[in-house]
Amino acid sequence: MEKNLQERYVQLENINMSFNTKKGVFNALNNINLDIKEGEFISIIGHSGCGKSTVLNLIAGLYTPTSGNLFCAGREIHRPGPERAVVFQNHSLLPWLTCFENVFLAVERVFNTETTAQQQARTKAALELVGLSHASDKRPNEISGGMKQRVGIARALAMEPKVLLLDEPFGALDALTRATLQDELMKIMVKTGCTAVMVTHDVDEAVLLSDRIVMMTNGPSAEIGEILDVSLPKPRNRLALAEDPQYNHLRSEVLRFLYERHAKKAA
Amino acid sequence: MSVISINKENLQSKMDEPSTMKPKEAVSIAANDDAKPHVASETKLVKTVATPSKLPSQTAAFFKWAIPPVTGLFLLMVVWSLIAAFTKGLPGPVATFNEAVVVFSHPFYSNGPNDQGVGWNILASLSRVGLGFSMAALIGIPLGFMIGRFEFLSRMTAPVISLLRPVSPLAWLPIGLLVFKAANPASIWVIFISAIWPMIINTAVGVSKVPQDYMNVAKVLNLSEWKIITKILFPSVLPYMMTGVRLSIGTAWLVIVAAEMLTGGVGIGFWVWDEWNNLNVEHIIIAIFVVGIVGLLLEQALILIAKKFSYE
Repeated sequence: MEKNLQERYVQLENINMSFNTKKGVFNALNNINLDIKEGEFISIIGHSGCGKSTVLNLIAGLYTPTSGNLFCAGREIHRPGPERAVVFQNHSLLPWLTCFENVFLAVERVFNTETTAQQQARTKAALELVGLSHASDKRPNEISGGMKQRVGIARALAMEPKVLLLDEPFGALDALTRATLQDELMKIMVKTGCTAVMVTHDVDEAVLLSDRIVMMTNGPSAEIGEILDVSLPKPRNRLALAEDPQYNHLRSEVLRFLYERHAKKAA
Repeated sequence: MSVISINKENLQSKMDEPSTMKPKEAVSIAANDDAKPHVASETKLVKTVATPSKLPSQTAAFFKWAIPPVTGLFLLMVVWSLIAAFTKGLPGPVATFNEAVVVFSHPFYSNGPNDQGVGWNILASLSRVGLGFSMAALIGIPLGFMIGRFEFLSRMTAPVISLLRPVSPLAWLPIGLLVFKAANPASIWVIFISAIWPMIINTAVGVSKVPQDYMNVAKVLNLSEWKIITKILFPSVLPYMMTGVRLSIGTAWLVIVAAEMLTGGVGIGFWVWDEWNNLNVEHIIIAIFVVGIVGLLLEQALILIAKKFSYE
């Protein structure tokens, strides 16, 4: 049983998801089955509108599936919980709070039995982990996009989640900042050892960070098209990998899936 | 050679700080020995032109900024003088100004309830507006919050609000007189009615416009309803709320003059009506200016407060 739980830490069973829209029922996801191991890094990749964010929101507990079951650590997912932290695409920091206060908001809720001093120490530690101690008293509009996203990651990590959910976390950043943050995320994942699910549309990001890449077909009624194992040894180095034949093979596998077999018709 | 100097000029006009250009300039000069003296002399020329022109350009900017409003006010005076010249009994700007000097030299005299200084009249009106407005804020803002937060309440109050909102607040004066049996509370009641709608509506709109992202944060962090209100809803609704407050105080100040004309007593509105009965037209015009200036000050004060609360 213990082993079973580790093998299937996050479980999606026959998930169907449809939304009621003004134009009628929109069927977003069709029969999604996915088991995620403890400590695994999973990327979900697919064209825009394929429902990859919907999968993430389902695991986060922000949506309830139309049919099917979701489990995390053997418990059914009903609503958002502190063991599943989310890093939003647009960082979603509250602009009227400082970076410290933004993180503290999460800490004081999750660790509500601790003293204020302990909570403040946790907040400081989380900001230090993402290298932002110096900016803790700044407001979000006073710092760069990359720094905002770091605060978003710090806020999620400060909750000490079992599962970290990342919704296109670096999508809005420039390529250089993105690379730096990806490297930092890899280090953080080693340090914390938590399970991660990341939605992305960046092929390199998916191959670099993931243990497995879940490739989704185009919506409506998107399905899991293929799951690719990324057995590159860790820690990974982006420069060394650029020349690595296995890396390039995996990369072209994903590209082939996205642009040959499930090419999106020109809009 | 000429190419370099053109480039340099372009760059200089593009950059805010000419000093950051220095190293690049030096490089380009070094590359072309021939250009050296020319460029150098040109820099000097630019500088000698730029430095003395700085002070005049500031005054020029001030005039550019000040001329349109001053012209507008001047034209108002001209039109007023013309109309006054051809209308019997209507005083012109000069006569009104002389009278204003007299009125404002003793703003706080009191010769019984029907003859008080302009200061007392303004204060009486302001206190009525303050009272009615505060009560409207105390009820309207929380009500707006609840309407914005709960769909049921929103649909429940929608027909009542849309029915009552277009009614002139003065139509409520007789009801106020009937219920309160006195003029003063009745005019406060009219102010209350006129001020409450913008606050309810703007607060409710603000609550419904809270970005879904923030609400998702609240859900993911599992925040308590109290934290949602204090850390997310209130700060994000505040700008909308301040708009409502500003509109309210504007309307309230508009309405108080009319309400006081009807109820009497001490107040700037009654003062206008009283001076009309005395045929003291100068005082009426002074009152118009006073009402305008006080309204302007109220508005500016609220804009200042709103700026304090904006986080952008």
